[in-house]
Amino acid sequence: MRYLIMLKGNHPTDAPPELMDAIMRLGEEATAAGALLDTAGLAPSAAGARVSLSGGQVSVTDGPFAEAKETISYALYQVRSKEEAVEWASRFMKLHRDLMPGWDGESEVLKVFGPEDFGPPA
Amino acid sequence: MTATDPRRVVEAVWRIEAGRIVAALARIVRDVGLAEELAQDTLVIALEQWPVNGVPDDPGPWLMATAKHRAIDALRRRSRYQRKLEEIGRATPEADEPDLAAELDDYVGDDLLRLIFTTCHPVLSTESRVALTLRLLGGLSTDEIARAYLVPEPTVGQRITRAKRTLAERNVAIELPPPAEAAQRLASVLEVVYLIFNEGYAATAGDDWMRPALCEEALRLGRVLSTLAPAEPEVHGLVALMELQASRIPARSGPSGEPILLPDQDRRRWDRLLIRRGLEALARTEGSWGPYAVQARIAACHARATRAEDTDWERIATLYEVLTHVAPSPVVDLNRAVAVGHAHGPARGLEIVDALVLPNYALVPAVRGDLLARLGRTDEARREFERAAAMTRNARERGLFEARAAALA
Repeated sequence: MRYLIMLKGNHPTDAPPELMDAIMRLGEEATAAGALLDTAGLAPSAAGARVSLSGGQVSVTDGPFAEAKETISYALYQVRSKEEAVEWASRFMKLHRDLMPGWDGESEVLKVFGPEDFGPPA
Repeated sequence: MTATDPRRVVEAVWRIEAGRIVAALARIVRDVGLAEELAQDTLVIALEQWPVNGVPDDPGPWLMATAKHRAIDALRRRSRYQRKLEEIGRATPEADEPDLAAELDDYVGDDLLRLIFTTCHPVLSTESRVALTLRLLGGLSTDEIARAYLVPEPTVGQRITRAKRTLAERNVAIELPPPAEAAQRLASVLEVVYLIFNEGYAATAGDDWMRPALCEEALRLGRVLSTLAPAEPEVHGLVALMELQASRIPARSGPSGEPILLPDQDRRRWDRLLIRRGLEALARTEGSWGPYAVQARIAACHARATRAEDTDWERIATLYEVLTHVAPSPVVDLNRAVAVGHAHGPARGLEIVDALVLPNYALVPAVRGDLLARLGRTDEARREFERAAAMTRNARERGLFEARAAALA
């Protein structure tokens, strides 16, 4: 089964190279373990836009979106349980804790719908 | 705030780390059976301690360190400890224990590769290789393996026990194969991985979820191999083949769980991420023409066709012809007949089917039936589908063949 892990928080202004190295190494480890399927960093919302539907109206707003947490990166994992995805996310967050102390953020771990969720009717 | 169940955390971390831990233990104690026992001990210790003391901050290294301490204890209890001290040139046990631990801490790459070659050793039966690989490299429990293979749990236990015993009796060294044997031994590993994949691929909707999960497990093992043996084109070929085959899983079953064959699948449901990954893996085969690379190329032809009618059947027919040289078998000939039937007309396909010998294989009359139907030989076609329906032991396949026969009545 797959989980999408999205890192949210303020884009760090000065991410130390040790952290970037450690993140890459973790990515290599997860890839070598056959668990990490896809990952990328996301530019700050200032470079993006929001397309909203509200009250029957579709509207477009350019970023940045100050009121929402920035989504910094995503990673798609193939794992055998939610706890396994959580473990990978925990390792990722601990790198930030250890190599960029004082920075706060959160990783959302969301299940991706897969064939296991769509059984035939009883 | 809901605390995550420590027991489930242990199991999750175990799944991630099991292979590397067992591999390191196997290197230290040089005995697969003992390595497995020590790994089990480690798991039990974690299951006892983490709920009480909390999950450690670094769960992976905690497990590895605990496992290695268990290994040192075991070595101390066995005479091998003394021999090992002599090997590394030490004299007094007590004074040098920390040194031994440090010695054992040296990371020796290839641990995992050595273990995979051992669990897939040709001296073991196929079932034993599968069970041992899933257990030691996948960290699956015997219950999970049993559910995946629809056998009783004790049967799996016996296969694993027999496997360990055979490896010990035949003094199979936990080493990388010598160059002269490397190709054959690698083929044995790839065969095990693909067998696991196919068992999962054969699962039908409504089966225990452990069965289709075998596809994911095989894919994972393949990806691990592609990192451990990046210079082996057939490893990438197998990974490509599995990623591409797996990409079709979401489209394979209808709303009532009925099977949908390739030509009739809704290709929008094909997993594009897996197709992308499969094509990337295929590129890494770099012009190799081994059996898995060729089969992956065939799968890529299907993956690239947005609609069934866009399929490059000529290319597929040519690739099957290559496969008849690289990995000949009547099943390959049958698949070639299908491709030729599309590329050069059903009469040419029929010639190939009529020339092959593959008794008791329901797909043979089914393919004949399809070709005859397209030639307008309706009565003969119907009879072939009836033969196919009678021959197959798969209820879903039978339903398909009966439907084809009925449509020709």
